[in-house]
Amino acid sequence: VSATDFSTLQRPNDRLLRRRFVNRGMEVVAWAAAATAVAILGIVVWSVAKRGLSALNLDLLTKSQAVNQFTLHPVSQGLANAFVGTIILVGIATLMALPVGILVAIYVNEFAPKQIKNGVGLVLDVLNGIPAIVIGIFVFGLIVVGHGQSGYAGSFALAVLMLPLVARTTIEVLALVPNSLREASLGLGIPRWRTTLGIVLPQTVGGIVTGTVLAVARVAGETAPLLFTSSIVGNQVDWNPAHALFSVPVAIFELSESPDPADHARAWAAALVLLLFILFTSLTARWLADRSRRKITGGR
Amino acid sequence: VSTLDATGEATRRSVTGRRVHLGDVVLQVVAGAAALGATILVGLIAYKVIEGARLSISTFGLGFLTHIGWDPVHNEMGAAVMLFGTVVTSLGALLLATPLAIGIALFLTELAPRWIRGPVTALVETLAAIPSVVIGLWGILVLGPLLANHVMPALHSALGFIPLFGTPNPTGTGIFTAIVVLTIMILPIVSSISRELFLGVPGELKEGALGLGVTRWEMVRGVMFPYTRGGIAAAMILGLGRALGEAIAVSQVIGGVDNLISWNLFNGGDSLAAKIANEFQGTSTNLEASSLFYLAVILLVFSLVVNLVAQWIVRRVARKQGLATG
Repeated sequence: VSATDFSTLQRPNDRLLRRRFVNRGMEVVAWAAAATAVAILGIVVWSVAKRGLSALNLDLLTKSQAVNQFTLHPVSQGLANAFVGTIILVGIATLMALPVGILVAIYVNEFAPKQIKNGVGLVLDVLNGIPAIVIGIFVFGLIVVGHGQSGYAGSFALAVLMLPLVARTTIEVLALVPNSLREASLGLGIPRWRTTLGIVLPQTVGGIVTGTVLAVARVAGETAPLLFTSSIVGNQVDWNPAHALFSVPVAIFELSESPDPADHARAWAAALVLLLFILFTSLTARWLADRSRRKITGGR
Repeated sequence: VSTLDATGEATRRSVTGRRVHLGDVVLQVVAGAAALGATILVGLIAYKVIEGARLSISTFGLGFLTHIGWDPVHNEMGAAVMLFGTVVTSLGALLLATPLAIGIALFLTELAPRWIRGPVTALVETLAAIPSVVIGLWGILVLGPLLANHVMPALHSALGFIPLFGTPNPTGTGIFTAIVVLTIMILPIVSSISRELFLGVPGELKEGALGLGVTRWEMVRGVMFPYTRGGIAAAMILGLGRALGEAIAVSQVIGGVDNLISWNLFNGGDSLAAKIANEFQGTSTNLEASSLFYLAVILLVFSLVVNLVAQWIVRRVARKQGLATG
């Protein structure tokens, strides 16, 4: 009698088989989901690389595009004005957003009472959640309606997008700085402001650089805030942010909606350059983040 | 002795206080002004967008929300088509992205060999870094034709009895293509938040379940899903918020049909954000410009509601888990 009992215990019954089958099925689904995501990335990058490489040449980077003033359709090769424009727009946006973002973070982490701290955190989340196109139309109403399109208006729109990103990461790294450091400095009689700016802030430089690089990578590819603020442009390379400046994302957007295959080729080439820049900066940021985290936590 | 020390400390502070206070006050005021500025900025955004929409709001009122069609020449404009397109594309994308994202997160936390986790996590996050205009370019030139030639006919012949899968659209643009593009764009957000939530499930709970002899999937369903339910809801809502506000990629692939609501997903449509983006070259009348602001007001309300709900869930979950562990 006992022998038959053991054999029923050892032989999996139908119910157990079904449970194992469901388990195995779900494992396959999870593997497939991850494979799908990686495959999508691979297909997108491969599409851009294949089509972009064949259209990429020196003229694209060094010569300027001529745009028909009435239809806004590009009529000649070269996107130099877009590359120059993006560098200036993102540069000025960083100069606007970085100091403000750091100051917000200092206030939240070093001075604010808990209630206000939560309030500002919520404001940053709300700001981060506002769609980029709404930021674009806000700056259109705020600046462009009175003063026309300009590089400054475009940069301001990008800076509004960057601000919550920079502030958030700075708050996070400031919170990582051990309190013993602040206490030691205050205990030595060093005033609060010098402790904050001279002792605490330098500890977080790595984290702030990482956050800024990530924010730059994010806004360098933004089209929506620039459409209404810095898109109606001349056909020459322009370094003056008081004029409306062309940009790589806006160029890709316009070229992608053109029926001309030659325009598509240039859109792919511009997309390839933009993608390489963004992948490079994101990877750099990731590397910097790992390094600064190791430094703050002492290698753990 | 301790009282003496305390008073000594207090006087020392007040003596040196006069010298150091200036710098402290300046830093606190400047930093506080920056924080106040960020707060005012949010208010200013709302104010400016509503101010721009005033002409349209006073002309159309709430009827704007239900009017089908966009006819600036006859001053008849409404947001119904864009509202429909925004809601259908966002919910469709959420429906496709959520199971996929949870699958990815489970793979990365429970299944994948250790050496594969880091690289796959990095790759999924890289997907989030691709600019929307590049996804849109790919969507219009590569994905659209692929869907029109292969996927749409297959879905139509298999599920054509459902009105959603009607006659395929040879251009490859339309609501369905927008859903696929948005799915790709929100997938990394939902999966990376889900992954962090799954990593936060206490090991003893998981081991306890496995020790009772349940399969891994039963452990996931019985322990990990209930534990992370609130957080996953918040992740989905954040993904929804991203999808609602996406202008560029959607405007490239949705087809820009702004006068017709069709339940056939393969037909063209329009969304709030995409409509605004497409009119950047200039509007024909002041009323049309104001109506674009009106669309932005709707979008702003959507994004505020979505964000606040997500925040509320996150805070509630944090409180509950704080009680459970503490």
